[in-house]
Amino acid sequence: MSNALLRRIRPEQFREVILFLVVIGLLAFFSFQIDDYFNARSVNRLTTGLAIPLVVAVGQVLVVLTRNIDLSVSSVCGLSAYMVGTLLTRQNDLHPFIALIIAMLIGVVLGAINGLIVAYGGVPSIITTLGTLALFRVVLVEFSGARTVTTADLPDWMNDVPSATLASVAGYDLRLMVGIAVVVVILGQLTLRYLPFGRRLYAIGSNPDAARTAGLPVKRDVFLAFTMSGMLAGLAGFMFLIRFGNITVTAAQGLELQVVAAVVVGGVNIFGGSGSMIGALLGVLMIEILQQSLLRWAGISEFVKDAILGLLILVAITADAVILGRLREMWVRVRRQDRERAQGVQLEESGVPHGA
Amino acid sequence: MARELLRRLRSWEGLLLLCLLVVLAYNISRVPNFLTMGNQINLFQLGIEKAIVILAMTFVIISGEIDLSVASMMGLSAAVTAAAFESGVPLPIAILLALSVGVGFGLINGYFVAVVGLSSLAVTLAGYIGFRGLARLLVQDRSVGDFPDWFTDLGQRGLIGPITLSIVIYVVLAIFAIIVLHFSGLGRLTYVIGNSAPVARYSGVSVVRTRMIIFMMSGLVASLAGILMAARLGAVRASTAEGFELDIITVVLLGGVSIFGGVGSMVGVLLATYLVLNLRNGLVIAGVTGNTQTGIIGLLLILSVLLPNLAERVRERLHRRQADAVVRNQETPPGDTPWVTEPG
Repeated sequence: MSNALLRRIRPEQFREVILFLVVIGLLAFFSFQIDDYFNARSVNRLTTGLAIPLVVAVGQVLVVLTRNIDLSVSSVCGLSAYMVGTLLTRQNDLHPFIALIIAMLIGVVLGAINGLIVAYGGVPSIITTLGTLALFRVVLVEFSGARTVTTADLPDWMNDVPSATLASVAGYDLRLMVGIAVVVVILGQLTLRYLPFGRRLYAIGSNPDAARTAGLPVKRDVFLAFTMSGMLAGLAGFMFLIRFGNITVTAAQGLELQVVAAVVVGGVNIFGGSGSMIGALLGVLMIEILQQSLLRWAGISEFVKDAILGLLILVAITADAVILGRLREMWVRVRRQDRERAQGVQLEESGVPHGA
Repeated sequence: MARELLRRLRSWEGLLLLCLLVVLAYNISRVPNFLTMGNQINLFQLGIEKAIVILAMTFVIISGEIDLSVASMMGLSAAVTAAAFESGVPLPIAILLALSVGVGFGLINGYFVAVVGLSSLAVTLAGYIGFRGLARLLVQDRSVGDFPDWFTDLGQRGLIGPITLSIVIYVVLAIFAIIVLHFSGLGRLTYVIGNSAPVARYSGVSVVRTRMIIFMMSGLVASLAGILMAARLGAVRASTAEGFELDIITVVLLGGVSIFGGVGSMVGVLLATYLVLNLRNGLVIAGVTGNTQTGIIGLLLILSVLLPNLAERVRERLHRRQADAVVRNQETPPGDTPWVTEPG
């Protein structure tokens, strides 16, 4: 790594570049292995599959940045999908926008419960959300009485939304759902980069004690991060309802693993304080590509998927720790050299002898 | 003497004992012959694999780490046993193979946590997904059974009278765990590392080696539990032991072990194990379904950390109020020179 390059970009920014290259590499590999890899139908299926995990991943990034984790997202997603689905089967004329708001509100309430217990109750997030993962699912089971929401009972507009397309070029669609997800990612990235709240999340995750000493509202921000994660999981639940129509009590089960895996693979540090929405986007993309391509790849069992996912997480966090650790050391060294040289020049100019 | 007893009872273990008595009383009131030998063995037999893994998890959490991969490890070791046996390997060798897989993956977990220095949460999350994936790869969506009779008999029939092999192993391991945790060097090191890994390192404790041993034990014990489970159920699926980590971690924390490491005792954990076994049994008697039971366990998990936290906070506030009161009493009436002056 040349020093000139290190002067230009921070080590963390290499992460996204490397991830991007890996994604390109994966696509290239599979396009050689699978005939007609880039046909419109498969690409559309890939992008549609991205939408729900992406929305949830954005919320997860907010939480993980603060050195916490939210495992309950799949249950929140399932609960919101089921409750709004039930509501819509009873009241067919409910305005779609109101249904959306209700879904997000359900998420807000559940996320706030997590946030309260973690931020104000002092219970580690892994414990809290492992508990609420089970608890919210049980609320769903009890609430449903093992009944299923079926597509036939849902209002008609629901059937049109999944295939609603914003733009289409030669059969390659940009679906409305994907559009929503992309907007959420962009909003999330802007929040992290430019809003004080976003900057504070990094500060809290880097060093919670220092953030507290510096007078940052640590508890409030962690609480808000969980609430927003819940809200986005609620939104994802609404998208889940629209996409699948049939909602059982096991809806969205296992989504939390996919999302946490994507966030970790996307270079968001599980110890908090570093990562970005773009990284998470690349992580979700990578896992979705792997999952869908492995299914189509002849000669490989569909059962290998999770084993590869586990390996991928391990490789990603190890590479992240080792490579970024090295890069950061080099970066610090280059910076220090530059500073010393600059100081030397200044000192010489002001006539003070070197080394004084 | 009475005071000492009272202090004991107000401790976490005392609280557990109280809860246990309540749950026991309920169970006995509903099932009069609840405390008979046969019933108690049945009670243990239903959760014996979890109980065994809980012993190892106690070490992991006291050392300040966590192992989310245990349930997947149980599934993987059951799958390895079944798949190897199915492909013609003699069962004893298949069992050895499964145990060595447990040791191997335990060491890999330990390597990435202790040597590479990654978060155990992330590493064992990878194991959680990956081991289950390997199990799925081995047995796919089938149910593999047809084990020889001696194997399923070991899991289901009594070995010493009505006491099964699993329970014998559990009792032996529990005694061993008490000795190691409370009366051996490794146990002391576990607490020291859990209190503060940097301090342990500067004190010349081999943090890497101790962590490796703990994660290896966790893998080994989980794979042993997986094999016992295969023997008890007589059939193996890829989803064997799925979701067990919730119960296992809950019981350890309920037993008074601090999630931040360094605090806890095996006695508390054993009490909590018996409590949760009884609680699940009581819930079954009360007609609560398995799914709802899981939710109650989840609630228990949160409360077992939340309540001590809140109690601590209340106690602190009381102390502060008392301290304030003392200062106020010492203050002289207005007009006189106060002899309690602000520093600086």
